[in-house]
Amino acid sequence: MRVHVDPSKCQGHNRCYALAPELFDVDDYGNAFELNDGVVPAGLEDKARLALANCPEFAISIEE
Amino acid sequence: MSETVYGPVTDWATDFDHGSPAYAADMHKIWDDLKNSGCPIAHTERYGGAWLPLTHEMVHSIAYDTDHFTSEAPVVGQLKPSQIPDRIGAPIGPVPPISSDPPFHAEARRLLLPAFAPKMIDPWRDEVVEICNQLIDDMGDADHIDAAVQYSQHIPVMVIARMLGLPVEDGDKFRGWVNLVLSGIGEERTEARMQQFMEFSDYLAYHVNDHKENPREDLISFLLNAEIFGEKLSLEHAVGTVILLLIAGIDTTWSGIGSSLWHLATNSVDRRRLVENPDMIPAAVEEFLRAYAPVTMARLVKEDMEFHGVQMKKEDWVLLPFPAANRDDKQFANAHEVVIDREENRHAAFGLGIHRCLGSNLARLEMNVAVEVFLQRFPDFSVDANEIVTWSTGQVRGPRTLPFVVNARA
Repeated sequence: MRVHVDPSKCQGHNRCYALAPELFDVDDYGNAFELNDGVVPAGLEDKARLALANCPEFAISIEE
Repeated sequence: MSETVYGPVTDWATDFDHGSPAYAADMHKIWDDLKNSGCPIAHTERYGGAWLPLTHEMVHSIAYDTDHFTSEAPVVGQLKPSQIPDRIGAPIGPVPPISSDPPFHAEARRLLLPAFAPKMIDPWRDEVVEICNQLIDDMGDADHIDAAVQYSQHIPVMVIARMLGLPVEDGDKFRGWVNLVLSGIGEERTEARMQQFMEFSDYLAYHVNDHKENPREDLISFLLNAEIFGEKLSLEHAVGTVILLLIAGIDTTWSGIGSSLWHLATNSVDRRRLVENPDMIPAAVEEFLRAYAPVTMARLVKEDMEFHGVQMKKEDWVLLPFPAANRDDKQFANAHEVVIDREENRHAAFGLGIHRCLGSNLARLEMNVAVEVFLQRFPDFSVDANEIVTWSTGQVRGPRTLPFVVNARA
């Protein structure tokens, strides 16, 4: 599984970083990006789905 | 200019008044009745003409559409910007960046983003914990407390005053001005109101000058030295932003904290779940933000246009009721139920698009800590049946009195 934050959609709500800091980080401006090229380590799939389900801007996508 | 309309609402579809006590008391029912009667976007001649779209889809599309809607005046007033002499117009507006449009907006916002990014806000946690505990200590051993007056209203004021570099003890003054700017929107421009505006502007002028003479490590000094497009910010821009940070951070967060505590005072099952499982608080706070979103913003129509079958005129107000979007059952399952462990929650309490609340990380921190400390200290509390909970009117909604009985303390 891979996650991706679309930087043109992210407005820095910080939901993904708060819910899944293993998968996302934020820059100095508070905008999010995926860690480790978006590769989701085994066992963290639910956290990836949770981040996607809580992004108000629909900026996160998941490739299964 | 059309005649100013005051007095009770005759019909919510054609004569709504979002600044009236009737709206504040009953907005959820008003939205449902409008939508069920086939009116997903209401209109009023009040305020010189305004629209109230009620679906998540409409609110979302207007928030994203900076080509047709300007943010120049995000709070609806009796006068349109073109009727106010010497006002700073689009794309800057009087209180940047909330009043700014692209492309100026992005630069004005970029200046401020780092100060409110998670890694700068998280370190404030210990201080917020201390403030909340101190406020509860100050209540002594009273069994009857007011959780709005003695608790919620103080928390954001104390934090933003420290961040800006303004005296923390001036909280009462700040709240008076917040009320002036945000709650008195339906009122006429009386002498007394104009006098208050003058006092606010004199107060800011004094503190800005003091920061010029004695620079320090705070946001006012930062703004006085900040540059945009290679030049120092104009004094109007810097002072406008100070006003924004002071006004926007106070009664919004105070409302969010107050609504959360009101929910817990009136829902003992949810309260007990959070007392027993404090790690559920962050998700519960998100649900309180969804269900009791405090903030409605506004836009102005740039040119005559059609929107979802209605004819909008240039300089009509368009409200962005994020609280209504958050209760749209097309976007949220069981939208009218407060589900404190809701898993899918793309709520719009902090807005959508380029104007996402700059202070959202701070607001979330304050709400989480305020709920956490209150539940630790008062594991059981309820609304005092002999007293009345009052709610604000205007574009920011939250309880202004919360008479509680403390049933257990720790």
